[in-house]
Formats: sequence, C-alpha cells, structure tokens
Amino acid sequence: MYGLGLTIVGLARFQFAMTTVFHFFFVPFSIGMGFVVAIMETIYAVKKDEVYRTMAKFWGKIFLLSFAVGIVTGLIQEFQFGMNWSEYSRFMGDVFGAPLAIEALLAFFIESVFIGIWMFTWDRFTPGWHAFMIWMTSIGTMLSAIWILAANSFMQHPTGFTIAVMGGHTRIKLTSFGDVVANPQLWRVFPHLIIAAIMTAGVVIAGMSAYGLLRKKKGENHFFKTSLRYGLWVGLVGALLTIVAGDFQTQQMLKDQPMKFAATEGIYKTTKDPAPWTVIETIDAKGHKASHQVEIPKVLSLLTYHKTSGSVKGMNEINKELNNEYGNKKFGTQMGSELDFYPPAKTLFWSFRIMTAIAFIILIFDFLGLLFSRKNKDTIENKRWLLHLLGIGIWVPFIGNSAGWFVTEFGRYPWIVYGLFTISQAVSPSSTIGSLLFSNILYFVLFAFLGGVMVWYSRQTLHQGPYFEEKDSKQNVDPFAKEAFGK
Amino acid sequence: MTTLQILWFCIIGLLFAIFVFLEGFDFGVGMATRLIAKDQDEQIAIQSSIGPHWDGNETWLVTAGGAMFASIPMWYASLFSAYYYLLMLVLVALIIRGVSFEFTKHAESKSGKNFWLWLFFLGSALAPFFLVMMLTSMIQGIPLNANGDATGLGFFDVVNWLSIVGGIAGVCLSLVHGLNFLRLRMSGSLADRARNMNKVLYPILFVGEVLFALLVIFQTDFFTKKLVSSLIITILIVLFSLLGYYGVLKDRAGWSFVGSGLSLSAVIVLIFNGMFPRVMISTIKGNDILLKNAANSQYTLTVMTIVACILVPIVLIYFIWSYTLFTKKINPKDNAVKY
Ligand code: HDD
Ligand code: HEM
Ligand code: HEM
Repeated sequence: MYGLGLTIVGLARFQFAMTTVFHFFFVPFSIGMGFVVAIMETIYAVKKDEVYRTMAKFWGKIFLLSFAVGIVTGLIQEFQFGMNWSEYSRFMGDVFGAPLAIEALLAFFIESVFIGIWMFTWDRFTPGWHAFMIWMTSIGTMLSAIWILAANSFMQHPTGFTIAVMGGHTRIKLTSFGDVVANPQLWRVFPHLIIAAIMTAGVVIAGMSAYGLLRKKKGENHFFKTSLRYGLWVGLVGALLTIVAGDFQTQQMLKDQPMKFAATEGIYKTTKDPAPWTVIETIDAKGHKASHQVEIPKVLSLLTYHKTSGSVKGMNEINKELNNEYGNKKFGTQMGSELDFYPPAKTLFWSFRIMTAIAFIILIFDFLGLLFSRKNKDTIENKRWLLHLLGIGIWVPFIGNSAGWFVTEFGRYPWIVYGLFTISQAVSPSSTIGSLLFSNILYFVLFAFLGGVMVWYSRQTLHQGPYFEEKDSKQNVDPFAKEAFGK
Repeated sequence: MTTLQILWFCIIGLLFAIFVFLEGFDFGVGMATRLIAKDQDEQIAIQSSIGPHWDGNETWLVTAGGAMFASIPMWYASLFSAYYYLLMLVLVALIIRGVSFEFTKHAESKSGKNFWLWLFFLGSALAPFFLVMMLTSMIQGIPLNANGDATGLGFFDVVNWLSIVGGIAGVCLSLVHGLNFLRLRMSGSLADRARNMNKVLYPILFVGEVLFALLVIFQTDFFTKKLVSSLIITILIVLFSLLGYYGVLKDRAGWSFVGSGLSLSAVIVLIFNGMFPRVMISTIKGNDILLKNAANSQYTLTVMTIVACILVPIVLIYFIWSYTLFTKKINPKDNAVKY
C-alpha cells in the first residue's frame, strides 16, 4: 500500500531507506564516540592519569572503525539524490544544495583532515594539542549534522522559499537563507539527535566494558571499570536529556505535522477530552481503524499538552483537512473519492513506542549499573546477569536511532517535501526496475558485509584488550616520527 | 548568463581539478601496491604514505558534488541519473578502497591483510577508470530528452573508443602521478623502483595522450567549436607530462609530481572549457542543457559565493598545513610502519 514493492518508486524508496539506515547506524556512533573520546583525552591532558590515555586510545580505535564505514556509506547518500531522485534534485536544488555544499566545506574537511592528523600523531604533540585534533574532528561531525539536518528539516517543514519557474522547470526558489537555518524543526531535531548519538556511544562503551569485565583478564580490571562507569554516566545523562529533547520535538510535530503525531499514537477518531493514552493496540491501516486497545485515561493529554485536559485530533479528521488544503492540487495517491494522506500508521505507532521505550530501558539499566558499581559498595562483578544485560544492550540504542528516523521519514508520507512535492513525483524518470534492483542488491550486500566486518573487528579489538599494542607495539604508531618506535 | 553562473561553473571545474590532482596520486599509490612492492610490509608502507591524507583528498570530490548540487542542480540531476551504472561502480570502488585503510590495520592474519590490500588495489584502479569513462562519455553527448533525462541511453553511448581510451589514459596518468608521489615520500629502494617504473610508463602515456587527443578531435565538437583554447590546453597536457618525464630522467621528484598532477588537472580544464556554455550535451537537437537554464537563482548563488569566499581559504590553510606534518620519508624496514 505504501509502495515499498517492486515498482520504481518502491525500489528507490527502499534503497534510500536501506542506505540511510546503514549510514545512520554508524553516524550516531561516530558522532558520540568522537565526543566522548575527546573528553577522555582532555581528562588525560589535565589529570595526567594514564588510564584515560589508554581509554582514549582504545575507544579511539573503535571510533575509527565506525568512522571509516560512516564515510563510505555517506558517499553513496551524496550521489543518490542525483541518481535516484533527479526530479527531486531539480525541484529542491535551490534550497538543498547550499546546506550540502556547506556541510562539505565546513564540516567534512574539518573532520577528514583532523582525523588524519589525530590518528598518526599520538607521540608527536603534547597531550593537550593532540586532544585538540580530536576536538576538531568531533566539532566537525556535529557541524555536519547541523547542515544535513537543515536540509532534512526543510523537507519536513519548508521555510524561506517561494515556488518559481526557473530554466523551464517549476522549482523551489530560496528567498531567505536565514530562515532555512533558523527553521524551528532543525533546532528541535538537532539536540535530540546529538544527545541520542552521545548516549549511543555511552551505551556501547558500557556494554563492551561489561564484556571486558566478564572476561576477567589480568590487569584490565581498572581500565574496564573506569570505562564502564564513564559509559554508564554518559548513557544515563544522555537518556534523560533525550527524553527532554524528544518532548520538545513532540510539541513541534503536533504543530507542523499533526498527521504524523496522530499516527504515532495510532489515533483514527479524534479522542475524547481528556485524551487517554493507548499503550498498545492493533491497527487496521486499510480500514482506518484501531482496536483491542490498552488505554490509560488522561495520560495522552498529559504527555502532549502537559495538563489533564485537551483532546487529540485523529487521522480521519486530519485527512479531511489535508484534502481541503491540498486535495485540489492533485497530491497524494488516489484512494476512492478522497485523496489518501494516511501515513503508514503501524510503522509509526510501533517505531515511536520502541524509541521511547528504549530511552527508559537505558535509563533503568544504566542506573542499576551505576548503583552497583559505586565506590564504597562495588559489587558489579558478582552481578553477572547485569553485565550480560549491559553487553546485549549495546544494540538497543541503534534500534532506537533507526526507529526515530522511521517516525520522522515515514511520517512525512505522501510528501517528500512537506506540502509541496510528493514522493512519486520525485523519482528519476530514467530509473528502471532493473537498474534499481541491481543497485539495491549490490549496496545491500556490500553494506551488510562492511557492517559485519566492522562489528567483527570491534569485537576482536575488545578481545585483544587495551594493552594489546604495548605487547606488540604495532597499532596506530605514527610511522613518520622517529620517536615513536624508541620504546 | 550571469557572472555568478559563470563563476560557479568555474568553481566546480576548479574543485574537480583539485580533486584529480590530489586523489589522482591516491589512486596511483593504491595501484603501486601491486606493482612495485616486494612484500606485504612494503605494500602496507605504501598504503600508509597516504593514510593521513586520503579522506581529506576524497572530500574534494564530495565538495565538488555538493557544489554542483548547490549551484547547477540540473546538471547534477541529469549527469548522475544518466550514468547510473558507472557511478555506482565508481562508488563501490571508492567504498572498498576507503574501508581498506582501517581494515588492513585490524586484520590479524597475513591473508586477511592481503584481502584488504587487494580491495585497496582494485578500488584504486577501477575508480579512476570509471570516473574518466563517465566524463569522456559525457563530452560526446548522450540522448537527453527535453526534461534532461537520458531515458534512451544505450550501451555504446557509454562504452566506446573515446571513453575506453580515456579511461585507460586516466588510470595510467594516475599511476604515474602516484609513483611520483611515492618518489617523494618513500626512502631507499622503493623510491628507485617507482622511478624506474615511470621511465617505462611515460612513453606509454604519451602514446595514450596522443590517441586520446585524436579521439577527442573526432568524437567531440571541442575542436570545431573552440579550436584555439582546446588546442592550447591539449598541448599543455602534453607539456606537463613532458615536465614529469624530465623530472624522472633527471631524478627531480618534485618536478615530476607537479607535472603529472597538473596534466591531470588540465584534462578537467579541457573538458570544462569544451562544454561551456553547455553543462550537458544532447545528441537530440535542441536538448542541450545550458548553464543559464541549469543554474540556481541569483540569491542562492550569492549566498554560496559568500560562503565559499570565507571557507575555501580557511580550508586551504589547514589542508596544506596537514601535509607539512608528514614529510619524513617512510622506510618499510622500520617496524613501526607495520600497523
Ligand atoms: C546527523 C547526522 C548525519 C546525517 C543525518 C547524515 N550524515 Fe552523512 N555523515 C555524518 C553525519 C550525518 C558524519 C557524522 O559527519 C559522518 C559519519 C561518519 C563520518 O565520517 O562523517 C558522515 C559522513 C558522510 C559523508 C562522507 C564525508 C567524508 O568523506 O568525510 C558524506 C558524503 C555524507 N555523510 C553525506 C550524507 C548525506 C547526503 C546524508 C543525507 C541523507 C547524510 N550524510 C546523512
Ligand atoms: C538528514 C538527511 C536526510 C535527508 C535529506 C533524507 C531524505 C530522504 C529522502 C529524499 C527520502 C526518499 C523519499 C521518501 O521515500 O520519503 C527519504 C526516505 C527515507 N529516509 Fe531519509 N533523509 C535523511 C536522513 C535519514 C536518516 C539518517 C535515516 C535513518 C537512519 C532516514 C530514513 C529514511 C527512511 C526509513 C526513508 C523511507 C521512508 C519512505 O520511503 O517513506 N533518513 N529520506
Ligand atoms: C521518551 C523519549 C523520546 C521521545 C519523546 C522522542 C521523541 C521523538 C520525536 C517526536 C521524533 C520525531 C520528530 C519529527 O518527526 O519531527 C523523534 C525522532 C528521533 N528520535 Fe526520539 N524520542 C525519544 C527517545 C529517543 C531515543 C532513546 C533515541 C535513540 C536511541 C531517539 C532517537 C531519535 C532519532 C535518531 C530521531 C530521528 C531524528 C529526529 O527527527 O530527531 N529518540 N524522537
């Protein structure tokens, strides 16, 4: 129904979703890891505590792995707009290109140049200066997030433009660059996403350290204990802040895209006042109905409006409103006598629940971890179940990140640029099923392989442990500095 | 056509020219791992010579693509959607070589390292081949409809004499350039081997360049539409290569490196000069995509110009500075080079 099948649009959408999900598997991890490694190295530079240097080096290796795969999966994204979505590129070029080019000039250069320096100069600079290099990289990753999100936010909530005919094509024409950058959507997405990224890194560090502790290798206890607590703190604070930032986003969504909001709550018929919150339900997307609900009275009003009254509009009513607003402009796919503005409600409903549940799961686990590893009562090593849970928990934030994007992107249906351009208008006229099938399969196989290798090598790095290179003196030594091999 | 439109056409050309200069030797260095190294240690030493730089170099391509989208989106849309398969192959080649840097370090066994080194080699050889193939096919014109879509693109529009010879010449020039880079960066016998190999490669390259020039004359309208400028640039390409050859014979690695880099850049200049004021050439009459129709609004171009004027100089400063950090010659015998 929502066109992810064997049609040109369906395949192009599948490819976009697949490749961005792959890209965004590594992106938040890179953003978060860059940041936490920078802090570790700064602590080392200030306190001169050797364990923080070891931490920065060890987690830095994992960071580099993720970064490498992040870069190559991003490369495809950049060209994909032209390859698969040429009509979109023509339509959006006046707005979209600028953030993308600025991202490259401002962010990608900082990232790529300073990471190159950082990798190879552990023994060349003073700790402070070396930490500066990773700070630059980290700032670069965050700047890059701002600019690409500026483009994405425009697609969710267009600002600062008119529609004009340029060069024979009807296109969006930028009228205020300031408005694109000041888009309220952007400044609500950005904190949520960056904090979620940092939280992701914290959870992974905690989880890998938990495995490290379980292995009980001699001499590594202090390292993994310090890393564990560090990761747990980052995860705990991150989860709290993600929830706060997510709440801001919910407010924005309610204002700009009520349809998306109704879908994430699975509401077809406008609710009573005060609105009950549906924990779970079965959704009949074709029949536009939901049933078998488990409800908690009043809670939805509380969640959305932060008070105990107020009803929430349902999709059926919003669909009528959208028909009035856009129906005559021939947008959407024809469905009966009415145009269909219903987004894939099941996906949205469950993705949203998974994402929010994950915030609380992380909150609880990390709280327990910190509780049992506090200074005077450190019993965490005897709580093997908790360490195992933390270890498995590595995967949880990744699922959360993808679920979040599912909400954002599927909820935009049927538009690619909200209210202006639909997904089916956007696809390249020269695409064929054959070419798309070919690229889908190729990218999928390639990315699955690279992702698998990355995970495998991270695991191997953990097994080698933080003191591996001293025994072996091979890894990450600056090949250009004579001092480096005097050890 | 406005000044800003022309300016952005030139900026995109400049970005591509810088990209081929820099990534050209990256590709060449990648190919050299299988051609002049005697063992795995040497291969890894060769790979590490661009370890700190390759990502920064590739960013020029990302920037060129982004700038194209930002200033001439019709070109971006038509070119990239038309060359779907070729571009996909370019991307795959760039991906497998991109990850190989990090993964070679992590592979534990000799055969594991060998696997990634092979991908490094293959990616480095195929990326320039397909990329130049795309450009040399583009300059001959393809069947674009009025909307700018190459819906009827045939196999021989893409794969033909000019694009094959162009691709091979591009690979050869990148290899020569990479070997010149290695002469600057490696110590001892590896540098000598690089030079010896270039003694053989340059004469072959000259044959390729002449063949390429002839095919450009017959297969494109560059020499009918812009005889003087095309001729001058073609001569420059050869002159730069001669400079490189001179540097090989006289053992002046610096001259060679500048020479081979500039010949690569000059190829891009030839292409951009010949295309202007078109950005895509259509074999269907009247469907050429012209710069004046393809570019973005004056407002966006103004914004982009301001941004570029501020950022490009800053980028250049720290980009060049990063190169000055890594000037010590690499000796594969030092065990530190083994990751
Ligand atoms: C919120 C963050 C974010 C989002 C939504 C995206 N990216 Fe990304 N991207 C990054 C954050 C990032 C990053 C953190 O900056 C990366 C990941 C790892 C890295 O090396 O840089 C990166 C790498 C990266 C690269 C390689 C850069 C290089 O060579 O150094 C390209 C070309 C893109 N991305 C392009 C895109 C495009 C076209 C996207 C839209 C679909 C996109 N990214 C989504
Ligand atoms: C910030 C930069 C991003 C931009 C500009 C962007 C743009 C797009 C475009 C053009 C499409 C295809 C049209 C469509 O089907 O709606 C799309 C779909 C999609 N994107 Fe994004 N995207 C971005 C980031 C992401 C990220 C990081 C993810 C997830 C990890 C993601 C997940 C998806 C999914 C799941 C779809 C399919 C939705 C559907 O087909 O309806 N996007 N996005
Ligand atoms: C109670 C907790 C949370 C709330 C209320 C919340 C809220 C939201 C909302 C409303 C959106 C959609 C924004 C839009 O479409 O305009 C969103 C997106 C997203 N969420 Fe969450 N979220 C929560 C927890 C999390 C967690 C734990 C993660 C990560 C593991 C996460 C990661 C994301 C990501 C990556 C996106 C997509 C990008 C974006 O639009 O920001 N969220 N979140």
